Amino acid sequence: MTEGRIVKVSGPLVIAEGMREANMFDVVRVGDKNLIGEIIEMHGDRASIQVYEETAGIGRGDRVVSTGAPLSVELGPGLMENIYDGIQRPLVAIKNAVGPNITRGIDLPALDREKKWYFEATAKRGDKIKGGDVYGIVKENEVVEHKIMAPPGTEGKIAELLSGYYTVTDTIGKLDTEQGEVPITMMQKWPVRKARPYKEKLPPNEPLITGQRNVDSMFPVAKGGTACIPGPFGSGKTVVQHQLAKWSDADFVIYIGCGERGNEMTDVLQEFPEIADPRTGSSLMKRTVLIANTSDMPVAAREASVYTGITIAEYLRDMGCSVALIADSTSRWAEALREMSGRLEEMPGEEGYPAYLTSRLAQFYERAGMVKCIGSDDRVGALTAIGAVSPPGGDISEPVSQATLRIVKVFWGLDSSLAYRRHFPAINWLNSYSLYKDRLAPWYEKNIAADWMEQITEAMRILSKEAELDEIVKLVGIDALSASDRLTLDVAQSVREDFLQQDAMSPDDSFCPPEKQHDLLGLILYFRDAASRAIENGADIEAISTLDVRERIGRAKSAPTADYKREYEAIKSEIDAELAAVGGGR
Amino acid sequence: MYREYRTIEEVAGPLMLVRDVDGVKYDELGEIVMPDGEIRRCRVLEVNGSDVLVQLFEASSGLNLEYSKVRFTGHGVQLPVSREMLGRVFNGMGEPIDDGAKIIPEAVRDVNGSPINPAARMYPSEFIQTGISTIDGLNTLVRGQKLPIFSGSGLPHANLAAQIARQAKVRGTDEKFAVVFAAIGITFEEADFFISDFRRTGAIDRTVLFINLASDAAIERITTPKMALTAAEYLAFDCNMHVLVIMTDITNYAEALREVSAARKEVPGRRGYPGYLYTDLATMYERAGRREGSTGSITMIPILTMPEDDKTHPIPDLTGYITEGQIILSREIYRKGYLPPVDVLPSLSRLKDKGIGAGRTREDHSGTMNQLFSAYARGKEAKELMVVLGESALTPVERLYAKFADEFEARYVNQGFNEDRTIEQTLDLGWELLHILPKSEMKRIKPAILDKYW
Repeated sequence: MTEGRIVKVSGPLVIAEGMREANMFDVVRVGDKNLIGEIIEMHGDRASIQVYEETAGIGRGDRVVSTGAPLSVELGPGLMENIYDGIQRPLVAIKNAVGPNITRGIDLPALDREKKWYFEATAKRGDKIKGGDVYGIVKENEVVEHKIMAPPGTEGKIAELLSGYYTVTDTIGKLDTEQGEVPITMMQKWPVRKARPYKEKLPPNEPLITGQRNVDSMFPVAKGGTACIPGPFGSGKTVVQHQLAKWSDADFVIYIGCGERGNEMTDVLQEFPEIADPRTGSSLMKRTVLIANTSDMPVAAREASVYTGITIAEYLRDMGCSVALIADSTSRWAEALREMSGRLEEMPGEEGYPAYLTSRLAQFYERAGMVKCIGSDDRVGALTAIGAVSPPGGDISEPVSQATLRIVKVFWGLDSSLAYRRHFPAINWLNSYSLYKDRLAPWYEKNIAADWMEQITEAMRILSKEAELDEIVKLVGIDALSASDRLTLDVAQSVREDFLQQDAMSPDDSFCPPEKQHDLLGLILYFRDAASRAIENGADIEAISTLDVRERIGRAKSAPTADYKREYEAIKSEIDAELAAVGGGR
Repeated sequence: MYREYRTIEEVAGPLMLVRDVDGVKYDELGEIVMPDGEIRRCRVLEVNGSDVLVQLFEASSGLNLEYSKVRFTGHGVQLPVSREMLGRVFNGMGEPIDDGAKIIPEAVRDVNGSPINPAARMYPSEFIQTGISTIDGLNTLVRGQKLPIFSGSGLPHANLAAQIARQAKVRGTDEKFAVVFAAIGITFEEADFFISDFRRTGAIDRTVLFINLASDAAIERITTPKMALTAAEYLAFDCNMHVLVIMTDITNYAEALREVSAARKEVPGRRGYPGYLYTDLATMYERAGRREGSTGSITMIPILTMPEDDKTHPIPDLTGYITEGQIILSREIYRKGYLPPVDVLPSLSRLKDKGIGAGRTREDHSGTMNQLFSAYARGKEAKELMVVLGESALTPVERLYAKFADEFEARYVNQGFNEDRTIEQTLDLGWELLHILPKSEMKRIKPAILDKYW
């Protein structure tokens, strides 16, 4: 074990000498308080260390001890329902140990060492095991069956394996390997900065169903895809992220609160256990892991938090599951990089960000994907990464937004002018995009409705026509428009207000299954078709604009999901009846 | 006794380099003994071998490299705290400046605080009635929230903050808020306005004031808000009081931070502010809240003036990303003579949803709030269109919306700095205004609620 002495302290950056024996990216313990740090640069026997805790009270001559291991996370039963800080320290256990403030140098194991889990062996004595193969199952809670897998790189034959109650560190069996007999435990460790291996990457071809009309219908993201949500403050970024975390049809959700508000994490912590998961009926929290580095927590750990999160996500993916990772916000992570880079006196790139910003971001998002997992049964797992970006002043020409846009495939652009009008989610339909749209079309057409893409394209056409017409109206007034153009404006308003707007607080609208999305849009288009026939038959556009049924269409989205179909049929007949009454009978 | 060093090598701006020191720790508090015996304070910014770089908290005038001495105290910057601080006035370093007795500390606290474990926070949800319609009705404040006021030069943000401090109460309880007020680099007149307003209403007895005026050393502004928050934390979490912290003006704080950063020749971020401005502001704002193990709370109202009324300037921008909403003041509304001149549309309270509704305010609150927002937004759009094309170009419904927008500003927004409206009055006024529009436009309100209250 290498031991050195501190020569320089500058905020979270500490330089120690006598560290020639230490490895790059080793975790070190700094000073008498045993603060946790990581070596990020070596110059001769001097190591630059980023310290994950507040360094006040550290001075020259204090001891630095290398642990000889890189920053790693513990993976195994007990991950679910937990909240960790940026370097996987369990926050609830810390609270129970030291009270409401986080004291320094505290070191508690990430996975509970006391708790006994029932391990049910699925492999047996004599089985040949390779990395990724499943030994057995632990039912972590009502919802989650945690597969206990051989760590990557393992190879051998099971000499002994017994079902029973064990803690994560207990020996559950033995493995015969070339190096001799090694014990099997339920927990494995993995360095956070290294992607976990997989057999091969597959092109994503299935949508991540989120129940959000703006996402599923308009700008879908694939399972294993990448997406970003840039938006100025107050544009509803956090609500969109929470909605995605709540309703995505992923098996697991990893939510990383990176440099964001403490109360937001508390909100997630208190709200998720209350929400019934539409897939399992049990609470949402059961399949969620939270990583919290709130903005008052040390900045260096912010840099680590996204890696901690994605490593846990990769482990869950390796079970052959679909995992959604939501990082709020990657801008704070980039700022942490910038701060450390400044302290290291590196040459700054654009806006003071380090030159390696783009490559780091790309590495992070590239860890997402749909993969054939390691292990002999060719499981397929998917890791979807969704990152919020907080551009200064809402201007996405800044480096973090631009670097992110070059990498991700889906862009949900939030717009503050929509937010002011209380149009939520404030996703701008004109500049957002999804590059998965065409790739996912066959899935939607097969599983939801044959005319899915047709409808969506039609809705987009109406919305962009509206933008054109708005320009004209601003110049010459609404009276200059033809009746059919005025109808287009009315229908576009309906698409915006009755379809795109979605109320996260309303129980019947918060989650909208794809079938209902399709039928709701179908309803609006039905009105459009019927009304345009009526106009051809000589009905007055003024009368059509003020039909009572339009209000009923407005409320159609909050029709109870269980039997909305009846309501929609009733609306359709009312549309026909009212149009007939104003002189446009079919 | 601590070792004294006579090895001051350099003084430049707010920074000082001391050579050949031993055993000095990062962030330690130092004392500079001037040749005439006066003591000034400083803080260690960097330890580099046997050199330490310190940041002065006071002006450097009169410092002499030859005869001044430095000693280090072995601890960080601290504030002695006590219940007795209520009713007293302190300077930016936490020393009493009224003529009262010395504070006998009940505890001594490090001013930097330590991060609150998010697992130990309690989500703020108790409605605070400020008596101001635009806040109570539309941007509801709750206990433990941090809600800044974004203002501009020449706008009456001080009056609004004083009105909140005066009228804020949690309904159903008679508990009064204790107020911690931090004046950061503001003028004497502005500080005096607050002090005399607190005196006039008798609030002064439950107020702690930390005053750093424009004429005081800019460097002291860096510690002023930290002192204030340390006192607030003690009152809230040790003494279980509900504390309202008002800090004005954060822009001056950020500028002092920029001064130190520039002197250190750090790579600047946007507009010359240091790259860590976000982190620095966050560690300050995040000290608001409620936490387990204590019934007290810190509700924070920082005030900042936006340079050139620009919301995208780094200070309001970063603040908006940390705080739970913002109240924005509008020059346009102020010119119309409406007080308080709250710009309703871009203002926001992120925590309102947990604080309103049946059992907290009234069941119709959420629906009417959304309806008022969207109606006002449409009304403003209609008015813009009217300017370009004339009134005749509007549809009859749009004309009603335009009328609604005018009435809304004149009656809902405009209430003056002395009127204290209950939440029922605010909600009823909202309904009254919505009657300008046809019932079929009330798409944001649930049918059952609409039928009951329309």
